Amino acid sequence: MGKSITKLVIAIVVIALGASIALFGFDIQMFGWQISYPSALDEDNGIRQGLDLVGGSVITYEAQTESATDEEMTSVENVLRKRLDALGYMEATVSRQGDKKVRVEIPAIQNPEEAVQTLGQTARLTFRDADGNVVLEGTDVASATARFGQIDETSGDQHFVELKLKDSGVSKFADATAAASARKDGTNYIAIMLDEEQISRPSVTTTINQPSCIISGGFTDNSQTRELATLINSGNLPFTIQDVELRSVGPTLGERALETSLFAAGIGILLILLFMLFVYRLPGLVADISLVCYIGIVAFIMSAFRINLSLPGIAGIILSVGMAVDANVIIFARMKEELELGKTVRASVESGFNRAFIAILDANVTTLIAAVVLYYFGTGPIQGFAITLGIGTVVSMFTAIVVTKFLLRQIVGLKIKNTALFGAKRRDDRV
Amino acid sequence: MFKIVEKFKYTILLPVVIILIAAIMLGVHGGFEQDVEFLGGMTMYVDMGSEVNLDELANFVESNTPENINPVVQRSEGTQVSIKTNPIETEVREQLQAALLEKYGLTEEAILQVDNISPTVGGELKRQALMASLIAAVLMLVYITIRFEMRTGIAAVVCLIHDIIIMIAVYAIFQIPINSNFIAAILTIIGYSINNTIVVFDRIRENYGKNKRASFAEVANMSIKQTLKRSFNTTITTLLPVLMLFIFGVTSIRQFTIPLMVGLLAGTYSSVLMAGPIWVALKNLQVKRKQKKATR
Repeated sequence: MGKSITKLVIAIVVIALGASIALFGFDIQMFGWQISYPSALDEDNGIRQGLDLVGGSVITYEAQTESATDEEMTSVENVLRKRLDALGYMEATVSRQGDKKVRVEIPAIQNPEEAVQTLGQTARLTFRDADGNVVLEGTDVASATARFGQIDETSGDQHFVELKLKDSGVSKFADATAAASARKDGTNYIAIMLDEEQISRPSVTTTINQPSCIISGGFTDNSQTRELATLINSGNLPFTIQDVELRSVGPTLGERALETSLFAAGIGILLILLFMLFVYRLPGLVADISLVCYIGIVAFIMSAFRINLSLPGIAGIILSVGMAVDANVIIFARMKEELELGKTVRASVESGFNRAFIAILDANVTTLIAAVVLYYFGTGPIQGFAITLGIGTVVSMFTAIVVTKFLLRQIVGLKIKNTALFGAKRRDDRV
Repeated sequence: MFKIVEKFKYTILLPVVIILIAAIMLGVHGGFEQDVEFLGGMTMYVDMGSEVNLDELANFVESNTPENINPVVQRSEGTQVSIKTNPIETEVREQLQAALLEKYGLTEEAILQVDNISPTVGGELKRQALMASLIAAVLMLVYITIRFEMRTGIAAVVCLIHDIIIMIAVYAIFQIPINSNFIAAILTIIGYSINNTIVVFDRIRENYGKNKRASFAEVANMSIKQTLKRSFNTTITTLLPVLMLFIFGVTSIRQFTIPLMVGLLAGTYSSVLMAGPIWVALKNLQVKRKQKKATR
């Protein structure tokens, strides 16, 4: 008996400690050492909170082309990433969705309109002669910089973008300027176009054979030149992309969504704990302990792998909590039957487990099949749901079969004779 | 005596009635109410800060947007309103937003939520969910056939389909707009319903092996009775957190809990009252066929 009670106490302490560390983290400073583990709710290191829960924008772009190759889509992703960095959204993520879609998630953004437009621009920079022939392309440009100052002696200070040309660009540009300057008056210019929009149309009077040139005219402040420089630097998109989906949740609403969900989940779990204790007594307490263990493990896995938790994910968790409790309910129902048949507590626990195990296994495997299929064939919200459901199902099997069993065996070791504590009705005629 | 199987003709009435009402409602309304997510369009939730005249607001929105975008303005919660339109360009939305903030003296923070979705997106999500669900159902059927037998698998999948149809029916009856939350809820119920039904069938499998002389109906009744308390308790423990989300959650989360609760109840109903009787019917059919073959 002494041994059992020690094991039981140690198990409970370990579970309580583990769960509270997983949920709330810790931060200890001792002798100049700092040991810490992030809370599951930690924004940077805990569970990744879905944008529908904390606020932010999800923008999906679709390639406006018949079919896009894998390489092209990768280059779209890279371009979008560069542009996001340049716009200052370092926290943003870019991910592929299906064959032709790219999903951009920007946390904590209040007004996504500007981002939507800048990100989605094709930004094909071309230099064209008066007949519209492309004489130089964005790919011939090595870098672009936004500048402010005098361009030549006659002009005042103004905003402009300086382009550094690649070697390939220098010779092309020399040819083009030679051809343009030879033209009759009125058509001796080279138009600089971003997509189909003309940015500048400088006249050309002589052949220019140098590795840099300037785009000027029409810029009123440095945000315009910076944006243009960003677009040129982050490269061309291989085709037009269109924003087909925008979901934006303001930070105020997001914060409230997260707070209220957490509160509701807390109350819900508390009610489950009370319910189990009330209905199943001593085994109910065991189920409660193993449910706490379950929550700790799920929180730990989800923060360790930084899994994204959004609204459908919460549904997956709720369902798996239900199943974690259910496995215990099945075990106890079996145990109770065995007790009522007149078996001893020890024998009832063992055979109750063995008989419940098959039901739990089959029920959980079928659910796991659903989770795996949904993960494999789904995207976005469907996958989010599938991940939490899958994790929850596996962990719930573990806690029911390993943790609950271990705890019950130790309780058996306490040699409690009163079967009413296990919820069994007394059936003296059968004993 | 506990006679679930014999009372099947009564217990099937409730789902049949629900589905009939839903069919009538669908006829009357000409289909499901679909959210912008599936039809494509723009939804904007704005906290106006005070009670505003909705007609006035609707007129204002209309005069600040191009024609043919059919703006619909509704009160959503407290001082919050929702503005729904057909799909619009980013620039148009930006203009509308700016005009709105200026006219009502609001800051950017008043814009709680904006969704702008092109019509193709929703269709794809629906197709994907349908495909995944079908494949999942087939694989579950295969697993159950291996672990139990095919008729058990068929009965379980029939219950699953029942649960989903009831969820859809409730949406049709109350004209609740269908959106991606609804799909997430359906997926949840697929997981839950099978789990619930399997436990009943596990008992049937066990009792069937032990009582060779009992009829299928007797075995089913016995098994349902033995698992009744467990089915009941599990439903309560799964409903509790959903109910709390419904009570305390914000609008979007609350919308999501309604189909979940309906599905949970339907799942319990079908696993307790329908799974067993359907299995018995299938088994009796099997025996009859075998006898026919034998007499030939």
